Amino acid sequence: MASHSENHYFVPHGSIYPALISVGLLSLASGFVFNVTGSDTRMDGSIKNPALTYLATPGKYMMYLGLAIILFMMFKWLSSVVTESLTGQYKKWEDKSFRIGMIVFICSEVAFFAAFFGALFYMRVLSVPDLASYAPDITPYKDFLSTWPSQGPGGTVLGESYKPDQAFHPMSWSGLPLINTLLLLSSGATITWAHWGLIKNNRKQLVIGLFLTIALGVTFLICQAAEYHHAYTEMGLTLKSGAYGATFFMLTGFHGFHVTIGTLMLIVIWLRSIKGHFTPEHHFGFEGVAWYWHFVDVVWLGLYIFVYML
Amino acid sequence: MSTTTVAHHDEHHDHPTGIMRWLTTTNHKDIGTMYLTFSLIMFLVGGSMILGIRAELFKPGLQLMNPEFFNQLIGVHALIMIFAALMPAATGFANWMLPLQIGAPDMALPRLNNWGFWILPPSAILLTLPFTLALFGVGDGALATGWTFYPPLSVQGGIGVDFAIFAVHLLGISSVLGSINIIVTIYNMRAPGMTLMKMPMFAWGWLITAFLLIATIPVLAGAVTMLLTDRHFGTHFFDAAGGGDPIMFQHLFWFFGHPEVYILLLPVWGFIPQILQTFSRKPMYGYKAQVYSLWAIGALAVVVWAHHFFTAGMPVPALLYFMYSTMAISLPLAVLFYCWIRTMWKGSMSFETPMLFTVGWIILFGIGGLTGLVLADVAADAQYHNSYFVVAHFHYTLFAGGIMGIMAGVYYWLPKMTGHMYNEKLGKLHFWLTAISFNVTFIPQFFVGLAGMPRRIPDYALQFAEFNMISSIGAFVLGLSQLLFVYNIVSCARGGKKATDQVWEGAQGLEWTLPSPPPYHSFTEQPVVK
Repeated sequence: MASHSENHYFVPHGSIYPALISVGLLSLASGFVFNVTGSDTRMDGSIKNPALTYLATPGKYMMYLGLAIILFMMFKWLSSVVTESLTGQYKKWEDKSFRIGMIVFICSEVAFFAAFFGALFYMRVLSVPDLASYAPDITPYKDFLSTWPSQGPGGTVLGESYKPDQAFHPMSWSGLPLINTLLLLSSGATITWAHWGLIKNNRKQLVIGLFLTIALGVTFLICQAAEYHHAYTEMGLTLKSGAYGATFFMLTGFHGFHVTIGTLMLIVIWLRSIKGHFTPEHHFGFEGVAWYWHFVDVVWLGLYIFVYML
Repeated sequence: MSTTTVAHHDEHHDHPTGIMRWLTTTNHKDIGTMYLTFSLIMFLVGGSMILGIRAELFKPGLQLMNPEFFNQLIGVHALIMIFAALMPAATGFANWMLPLQIGAPDMALPRLNNWGFWILPPSAILLTLPFTLALFGVGDGALATGWTFYPPLSVQGGIGVDFAIFAVHLLGISSVLGSINIIVTIYNMRAPGMTLMKMPMFAWGWLITAFLLIATIPVLAGAVTMLLTDRHFGTHFFDAAGGGDPIMFQHLFWFFGHPEVYILLLPVWGFIPQILQTFSRKPMYGYKAQVYSLWAIGALAVVVWAHHFFTAGMPVPALLYFMYSTMAISLPLAVLFYCWIRTMWKGSMSFETPMLFTVGWIILFGIGGLTGLVLADVAADAQYHNSYFVVAHFHYTLFAGGIMGIMAGVYYWLPKMTGHMYNEKLGKLHFWLTAISFNVTFIPQFFVGLAGMPRRIPDYALQFAEFNMISSIGAFVLGLSQLLFVYNIVSCARGGKKATDQVWEGAQGLEWTLPSPPPYHSFTEQPVVK
């Protein structure tokens, strides 16, 4: 009997959640397209597609609906995984599958961020110096300076105004970003401390460690929101501020999005820890989140060096 | 051990029937069947789009459609054939055959597997929906930029570009999920005793494919995300006025796009040697050499991307680097060709349909490879670039090297999957019609391309008229021949001569030790490989 169980791989029941999540994705994506098509504006503020403005509102509701479906179905799906885990369906063999799968998934996330880092390096090293290097009488981008941060030329180019409302200031590496770095680095330490607690079967240390990690993550997000607010209202730095604004907000924005997801995941395993889930030997759910959190941490270090400091 | 007493086979003896079976399934064979069926349907959809193009190009001048619609058909044809026909076919084979070939009870992550498939129909809807919306006055149709999304055209384009961006996002999620599942299955689910170097070649081909997908698909997702923000949120990634560069998109796109070629072909290179050894009745030649060559190609695939846009302008050292590295790929590929031919050498060969497709595949894919070498030459490429020569070249690699390889696989494994033999006469007829009409379609395109006919233009100079007419006739014969393929598959699934377990006299490997068709749960106890 025992040997039979060793060789038995758990193949779960059929489940409708994956197919319904796809319905949610379809609704979210097409709703987004309808919404932006209906509400897009030109540089001067005029509506781009006046005949299609009626699409904006239904598009918005399709997005909400899609998002709600996705979140609810993910909740149901993960609940059934937790139930299966608690009833002992996952043993060493299944556990190894989850581990390899999580590592490969994090690798794909690294590749996603690599695209945006690649764009940053390309612009700084190639396209910005290139654009500034043309002779003034042949370039339409006359005031272009080969400096970083770059916000593009001043004035009107080929009929469109590229001058931001006000000149922006780049984000400094000290102040909030430095605090954020310290917050994330300490959160990496607290989650490791929580993991030690789990391995030693010290539940109190586990729960407190996770709580501290969540608190640090949430504080990070609040600081980032404050930083964005400051950038938009006082520094004139927006998504539209040329190559610098685009890379700054897309890189830190996607990172912030990942921190948000990571924090949600941390909250889930924190609640599970309080309920008594996870054992010293068997806690992939915890480790998967911890790995993800460390990944988000490492991406931040890359951001801090290449976006803020250099 | 309170945990072991609960867990037994109780959880998966029966499954729902009807539509719910397919919507909820976690069974690798069900999911494989869905992937393959979806692929066949989309193959016909994408094929009919291009027949519209060939009908327009039958004569010079504009006859059937306006240029805008012509461009839309071309772009959506390519996206459908690549993402919705070829890739799902390869994933379908992986689902069906990998667990059987490596002696696994199922794929490692069954529910994720199901999700990976069910993302595909919504993405197909997103791709084609703009055609329908245009009929109701919403937007101006599907994306008209070609499948490559080059800015600034794609930044200026209409609603179709947005839909295509999201379709690509969803298809990317599907591919990443599929790849995670395949990597985990190969590393964690092999039968005891089956070391990596004893794996079937198909598993090797797919493992490297999955690594390439993990490394490159997210980059494409990032690139089209930048496109989306450039379109709607005022970023300047691809706008020189803000310090960006449209050519940066080409770099990001082809960093994905070139490995994509190998993503489409590596699974085929995996099972082609297996078909060759079956019908040559001798073991495949140079197993290790083939594995190392697959790795070499996989590694080179991610460092050669810029040969797709030599003419866009880059420094001479970059041109030289991308030329030499591209040409270096022909070395491991030559090793593979040698091994394939050497497998047949002095074999006791027979030419059932899968073998016919495989031998035809080697010849035609060889032409695709050799014409690629000419394109990789920086000096010569200025003449070839953006001409019909390129179109002919990549159809020799992707239709002959991709689709015809998939067809060889379909005929090879169909008796195993359905339990029935397909109609051999019809199969052979299908091969000859496909092979001949394929050449009739694309050989003329080499000539018009060399003479300077640009691709993606609905009208052409009178001097190209004859060749285009021949090409269009070939395309219609090619398209209609595929109805034979569909008929043969459907009738094979519905009945026919009973297939034996081994099916083919020379077939080797674990999948041929199971009954045809295999039971719903194949290896409940893992076999031991010596």
